[in-house]
Amino acid sequence: MNFKLRIWRQRDAKSLGRLVDYDASDIPAQASLLEMLDIVNERLLLRGEEPIAFDSDCREGICGTCSLTVNGEAHGPDHPGAACELYMRKFRDGATIVVEPFRVKSFPVIKDLVIDRSALDRIVQAGGFISARAGSAPEANSIPVPKHDADLSMEAAACIGCGACAAACPNASAMLFTAAKVSHLALLPQGEPERTRRVVSMVRAMDAEGFGNCTNTYECEAVCPAEISASFIAKLNREYSKASLRRSAGE
Amino acid sequence: MIGNFDARTPSGPLDKKWTSHKDHSRLVSPNNRRKFEIIIVGSGLAGGSAAATLGELGYRVKCFCYQDSPRRAHSIAAQGGINAAKNYQNDGDSVYRLFYDTIKGGDFRSREANVYRLAEVSSNIIDQCVAQGVPFAREYGGLLANRSFGGAQVSRTFYARGQTGQQLLLGCYQALCRQIAAGSVQMFPQTEMLDVVLVDGHAKGIVTRNLRTGKIDNVAADAVVLATGGYGNVFYLSTNARGCNVTATYRAYKKGALFANPCFTQIHPTCIPHSGDYQSKLTLMSESLRNDGRVWVPERKEDSNKPPNEIPESARDYYLERKYPSYGNLAPRDISSRAAKEVCDESRGVGPGGRGVYLDFADAIKRLGEETIRERYGNLFEVYEKITGENAYQVPMRIYPAVHYTMGGLWVDYNLMSNVPGLFVIGEANFSDHGANRLGASALMQGLADGYFVLPYTLPNYLAAQMGKRPSSDHPEFKKADSDVRAKIDNLLKINGNVSLDSIHRELGTLLWDKCGMARNKQGLDEALRKIPELREKFWREVRVPGDGEDFNQSLERAGRVADFLEFAELMCLDALARDESCGAHFREEHQTPEGEALRDDENFADVFAWEFRGNGQIAPPKLHREPLHFETVHLTQRSYK
Repeated sequence: MNFKLRIWRQRDAKSLGRLVDYDASDIPAQASLLEMLDIVNERLLLRGEEPIAFDSDCREGICGTCSLTVNGEAHGPDHPGAACELYMRKFRDGATIVVEPFRVKSFPVIKDLVIDRSALDRIVQAGGFISARAGSAPEANSIPVPKHDADLSMEAAACIGCGACAAACPNASAMLFTAAKVSHLALLPQGEPERTRRVVSMVRAMDAEGFGNCTNTYECEAVCPAEISASFIAKLNREYSKASLRRSAGE
Repeated sequence: MIGNFDARTPSGPLDKKWTSHKDHSRLVSPNNRRKFEIIIVGSGLAGGSAAATLGELGYRVKCFCYQDSPRRAHSIAAQGGINAAKNYQNDGDSVYRLFYDTIKGGDFRSREANVYRLAEVSSNIIDQCVAQGVPFAREYGGLLANRSFGGAQVSRTFYARGQTGQQLLLGCYQALCRQIAAGSVQMFPQTEMLDVVLVDGHAKGIVTRNLRTGKIDNVAADAVVLATGGYGNVFYLSTNARGCNVTATYRAYKKGALFANPCFTQIHPTCIPHSGDYQSKLTLMSESLRNDGRVWVPERKEDSNKPPNEIPESARDYYLERKYPSYGNLAPRDISSRAAKEVCDESRGVGPGGRGVYLDFADAIKRLGEETIRERYGNLFEVYEKITGENAYQVPMRIYPAVHYTMGGLWVDYNLMSNVPGLFVIGEANFSDHGANRLGASALMQGLADGYFVLPYTLPNYLAAQMGKRPSSDHPEFKKADSDVRAKIDNLLKINGNVSLDSIHRELGTLLWDKCGMARNKQGLDEALRKIPELREKFWREVRVPGDGEDFNQSLERAGRVADFLEFAELMCLDALARDESCGAHFREEHQTPEGEALRDDENFADVFAWEFRGNGQIAPPKLHREPLHFETVHLTQRSYK
């Protein structure tokens, strides 16, 4: 297959970037988008040009490293799935494909298509955990968890931390990311003791990182490779309101 | 001088060794712990759990990873599950049985004491993960669910859908985040270790490169822990993430750490078949699929191009069920992989190129309904459809073996310390627990055992005698390592040839897959040993590494890793050649039973092979050291899964 590519090139965080045109010819239909970029890079290299920098690691949709906006959509048109799970047979032969990094103020560009998402780590550091010292855990089956709650918790926990939710959101909100972690832990009895403190400090960290607020456009849910439901944002709001009430009541 | 080459296996009965070892190990008191700095390289299940646990104990930890976040370490991709001897199913499991299955699965090439300890702490791991909020699958009554896995006749595998590795890693990532916030762990993402620094024979620091800025740093510490995973990417195509590499362990080897059993590589039986040269990686389909899927190929090679639904039952060969009736489709990985290769070598393979076998769910769907199968494996079926464009609810999956895990790694003693004092190696990076073949759902168990429950007891035993011995990073040994690292980078950038890195790496991978893959023989290994140095020369003469070292330069990162693979590959083939027997995943065609199974030679090869690097900058033939394995409890038998 043959494609016309328009790819975002940017030297570093301080430089201005621009879209650069490349031809990608003779691409196997079974190749993934990232493999297509590998082929283009190999050709650029042999022509003496600098290869396109882009991030990827597991290339099977679980590590959350790849972070491409393809034709204006976070992770491209084949939802649900990360950009590494996007295959060229999904495109029309001869199509023009525009590849940019995720566009979020809180994810500055490092080079070309590579961005800095450490803001997401800092949200988890603010409280996205259960404090359980190794060695102090009770017998696993002494904490029964209703199957329904465990399954729902797992649905939230499936988040791969890619940041597509923020990239797709017109407000660059990281609510879906934060909601997924808050819900995962709030749905389990083990998460109960730190429930109030967790949601308040995670939301505070999210705001401090410069992410926007949620106005219910559901773009996040539409692009999420792990199919995290936007209803977890409603849960986050409930958790946050309850926690704020408890705090203002002096609990 | 190779330092400590004593396994330090504690005396006493097998089931008392770990307890008595803990009772007699030295401790570091709480108020002294903050005086020790520990370097941990890698943030997967082993490194992440070790960093979080040591940080919480009060040590000052510096944790390094090449990924942009510790949550992206490759442990995240493990699908199927984690074993533990909980016996929640009341089906006869016990610590002894998990120990025995693991040592037998490893074809009697691992240490009894280490494996027993692994089985012993397995239960604590599940307790710990549940307490952290890992959402394991549960029964309706709210208690934990189990599934069965290859190489075992009990159900002892705990799982979180097909994403168990992800959930366990997020559990330890969250624990790590808590310590980062508390200030006890300092995290260095996008930072690669390029050398270990030895001062007076002890590992006292590392040299790193910040992948984002290119800055080289010297970091001193009281001990260094490598948790850098496996070297499967030496084959170019594997199920490993793109960034997985041998650099940290190989460079430690060049500094004197012994490399053990490098030829023991696991070829996983259930991966999506290879489809073309452009392909950058292979994708695993969890072994758990073999619980419900039946593996078959056409009885006659003439049928291998027919669509599967046109091949009647009577013309199908369910070869695992036929050859191994008691384990059937759940035969261990090495055996299943080799059986698949065998039927494909007989031209009975299916799909493009004839390198594939069917994994068929039709019977399971008939028995349990599509909904149940969807519930159990839905995400795996989706992944399969994404990659191949085929719907496995309707047509059988096509699978083929692929490189997945490496049992070999740096040699360690019972304390998980290498022969270099102060250099500890945990998780897949060491060689310790899986012998010549790892059983499914045991990698996650070992990574977390090492990080949560072993290293926190054995590291203090070393540190207790090291108070105040941390050198400054201005020490001449750091200066020397620093300039070596810089010179290596400059040399890579200077080559300026016109061959791409990937093309040389692909060539190396194909060579190893053919000569040092699922089956090996002397002639092939000799040929590989002739060709690898040629390929290495070609690399250093003709490869093109663009850009400079002072910048974010992905080509340079990869070039350094491929350069190390090109040296390491030789060590792998030497090891495969020296081990003149078959065992587990190491199948020497010269040594097989009349039925074509691996034929061990316990008289001459019940040893760990540990290789010592020799040569001053140049590569000279390494020296082999042997650690005899003593079996006091188990009886060495020919592995039978029939």
